[in-house]
Amino acid sequence: MHELSICRSVAEIVSRHAAGRRVSRVRLRVGALRQVVPATLVHCWNVAYGGQPAEAGVELAGSVLAGSVLAGSVLEVESVPARVRCRGCGERRELVRPSTCCPACGTADVELIGGEEFLVTSFDVEPLPAAV
Amino acid sequence: MGRFHPHSPDPHSHDPHSHDVHEHGEHPHGPLVPAAGELDHSGYGTAAERVEVLERILGENERAARANRAAFDAVGVVVVNLMSAPGAGKTTLLARTLRRLCARRRVGIIEGDIETSLDADRLDGFGAAVALVNTGDGFGGECHLDAPMVASALPRLPLAELDLVIIENVGNLVCPAEFVVGEDLRAMVFAVTEGEEKPLKYPVMFRSADLVLINKIDLLPHLDFDLGAFRRNLEAVSPGVAVLEMSARTGAGVDAWCDWLERPPRP
Repeated sequence: MHELSICRSVAEIVSRHAAGRRVSRVRLRVGALRQVVPATLVHCWNVAYGGQPAEAGVELAGSVLAGSVLAGSVLEVESVPARVRCRGCGERRELVRPSTCCPACGTADVELIGGEEFLVTSFDVEPLPAAV
Repeated sequence: MGRFHPHSPDPHSHDPHSHDVHEHGEHPHGPLVPAAGELDHSGYGTAAERVEVLERILGENERAARANRAAFDAVGVVVVNLMSAPGAGKTTLLARTLRRLCARRRVGIIEGDIETSLDADRLDGFGAAVALVNTGDGFGGECHLDAPMVASALPRLPLAELDLVIIENVGNLVCPAEFVVGEDLRAMVFAVTEGEEKPLKYPVMFRSADLVLINKIDLLPHLDFDLGAFRRNLEAVSPGVAVLEMSARTGAGVDAWCDWLERPPRP
């Protein structure tokens, strides 16, 4: 439900690093315990930034810039499963149920070792157009 | 703070090699969700340059939350972020809380609401300082309070004169759990009318809470709600979390909640 505001945060991060260069692809890493729906995130990104030629960039709630370096860019979301390391039995397991107890032995004494990731990992920039 | 990783904010932010999913013969990457409608970039050269970033998406919110926390700590005010689903009884509980606490504590309320001042109006007249934050001005109306929104409310509270600030978050079991606002502690209100399985459906919210208030227990005789099953589900997602049973309508358990507010556990 907060995917639009997350897109805005991603856009701010990428725009800052892009320093004026045109961005074609943005990659995120999102853990399973983050309450973000990847498909919704991509949809919001397309509404706000993707699929729009720079010159036709829409103004959406005053937050999307026409001619943004992100216009037309594609968002990729890498999903990371939730994983625990059990302090009791030593097992490392992926969580498949909502419970965070160890799937092997059932104890609650676990350390979460994956699933909370929420990062912009990288993006691609287009090379500058060749001088005519 | 009762986040999933209370003591290690994000081990992946600066070290790509710590990315653990490669270690166990599983898919090195989860499914990629592709976006439709790539543009024709034929006017450009073909070799795109990849820029590695590894920056936390909510880093800006976390910076703003740290600034809020510094402002709270500077004047010694304790701040509790109160969260719940819509209709769980946060505002009714707060009205009762203020009636009890305002005689002996200086209390401020930051009231998050998507559009109206209805809840803030209900909390007027108890002697607390109330600052309303409508989130409807945001990007399509936000479903949670974030740290910059809370920061915007601070100039409207006499912070240095207060002992306690309660932030009534927007009613929502998903988004508020993701956004730290600079609070010392998180409490969530769960109503027995919501069903036993809620902790399993919203584990992030339940895990993020330092205290879970089980509200509307006066309705238990009229419901099929299984309190034991709820507490087992809660224990499965948040082992050892503090729990109080209460009714904001009858006032049962409200004293215990006020005691918790007045003598909060050390975060």
